[in-house]
Amino acid sequence: MVTGAMPPASLQPPPEGTCDAMTTTAVPSKIRVENVSFAYSNAEALRGVSLDVYPHEVTVLFGPARSGKTTLLRLLNRLTDLLEGTRRSGRIYLDGQDIFAPDVDVAELRRRVGMVFAMPIPLPMSIRANLTYGLQLKGVRDRALLEARVESALRAAALWDEVKDRLEDPASSLSGGQQQRLCLARILALEPEVILLDNPTSGLDPISTSKVEASLHELKQRYTIIAVPHSVQQAARIADRAAFMLGGEVIEVGTAREIFTRPRDPRTRDYVEGRFG
Amino acid sequence: MAIEQQAATHAVPVARRRRLRGETAAEALVRLSGISVIIFVVLVFVFLAREGIPAFFEVEVGNLLGTRWYPTVGRYGLLPLVTGSLLVTAGAVLISVPLGLAAAIYMHELAPAWLREILKPLIEILAGIPSVVLGFLGMIAVAPLLREHLNMPTGLSAFAGSVMLAYMALPTIISVSDDAIDAVPRSYRDASLALGANHWQTVCHAVVPAARSGIVVAVMLGIGRAIGETMAVLMVTGNAARMPDGLSALFQPVRTMTATIAAEMGEVANGSVHYHVLFAIGIVLFLITFLVNLLASVLMLRRGTRRDQLLE
Repeated sequence: MVTGAMPPASLQPPPEGTCDAMTTTAVPSKIRVENVSFAYSNAEALRGVSLDVYPHEVTVLFGPARSGKTTLLRLLNRLTDLLEGTRRSGRIYLDGQDIFAPDVDVAELRRRVGMVFAMPIPLPMSIRANLTYGLQLKGVRDRALLEARVESALRAAALWDEVKDRLEDPASSLSGGQQQRLCLARILALEPEVILLDNPTSGLDPISTSKVEASLHELKQRYTIIAVPHSVQQAARIADRAAFMLGGEVIEVGTAREIFTRPRDPRTRDYVEGRFG
Repeated sequence: MAIEQQAATHAVPVARRRRLRGETAAEALVRLSGISVIIFVVLVFVFLAREGIPAFFEVEVGNLLGTRWYPTVGRYGLLPLVTGSLLVTAGAVLISVPLGLAAAIYMHELAPAWLREILKPLIEILAGIPSVVLGFLGMIAVAPLLREHLNMPTGLSAFAGSVMLAYMALPTIISVSDDAIDAVPRSYRDASLALGANHWQTVCHAVVPAARSGIVVAVMLGIGRAIGETMAVLMVTGNAARMPDGLSALFQPVRTMTATIAAEMGEVANGSVHYHVLFAIGIVLFLITFLVNLLASVLMLRRGTRRDQLLE
């Protein structure tokens, strides 16, 4: 019944047409997660997770609450570094480079792997400053370039027309949906390679949600996207590839068509069909 | 409910009635304490007004606004006292705000957890040191030090007062700023870090600005404590009621409103003009601290509503 609601777009094979399980090895993965386990000081979050993420695809991590989706996202740009008392094993490679290697510049990694959070947090500054913040930290001083990036990022996030006349207003004056798109825009302004979306449409109305979903289809032409969706339905709408997570483990990975129409694992089938979770 | 009550009455009517009487008594006591606080505050106001307001009729306004405070010859110019208080307080703010903010940031962001566990209670103890002890310290340690190193005729000056007041305002400023920084949701940090900021950039550009209104409240509370402080100021400022003339006045003796009241109230004839003027100074001082506290509350209130907006 879920699969019946899928728009035709997501049923079509991804542009390259090479993403069947048989041929994935031909395309080098953008991000490779190898046997990663992770525990917070008080609870285990991930157990032996392995996953390949391919460029110019939307990879969806879905599953019930506390299955480790957000933890996995936060590991990918090392936001987990801040917490004390965590334990981690396994490796994560970005373009073949171990992101936990000691010589990795974490700030640079986070610019390459941008994250949009479930709850939009506009930084306490103007709309424009929210967008230029990351660039200025990177060392961009050229005003013309900053201006150009502000406009292109806001356009890509479908926010430009709504805020172009009030860029100096505090970002907190925007509505919830606008704030969420602002948070996406300020990541886009950095021109990252990978975008992590943690439930990017939580708290958005259906119209804003469809705007964000539609923009994903355009964004993946330029970026690699990993998203934790709001629901199974949304997962099916936006995914090229999907990983079903349960209790800190990846149960099944495959193309969207495989996962949402003929899942191999009975647990995936039950979840997709809405029998638990 | 009704059935329960009935059952209870039936089972232990006497015990229940006794308990009810106890509750009534307790309630009456609590009510009395609450109301008496209001009465005491109102009494203080009434007393202050009754003793102070006559001064405004007995002394000409021009005299009160004058620059000379010589009560023995009928000169009741309040300006040197008001400016003295403001000068000492301003100096204290200039010293304590950057120091206090830096200390709060250090404590919250940079210090290891074990050091923070030690620092926080120590700073709260600092707030409990009696001001007369600090005044004594200022008199015998700080003032001579200033005299020797700044080549001043006497160390007892506005600057010495500022240093001691800063010392006194610091615990408040550090503690309340620390709480304000602590109240910034972790998601602010994440948002800034995810944009490629390092820890220090995140603190400067995201965390401290997000805690800004709380930090302003901390400063206001610190000032409120400093401007009303009497003992230490009386002991270290030199107590010369002269009009400050420019920046150099910071290094000369001044006299504050609080010190004037404390020093002269004991030897003034009850009901005299001088006596009434001292109470009038009290009214002025009260108005100033009231305004500072009001400003702090308004800012605190605004912070509350802003956080509600964030949660929407």
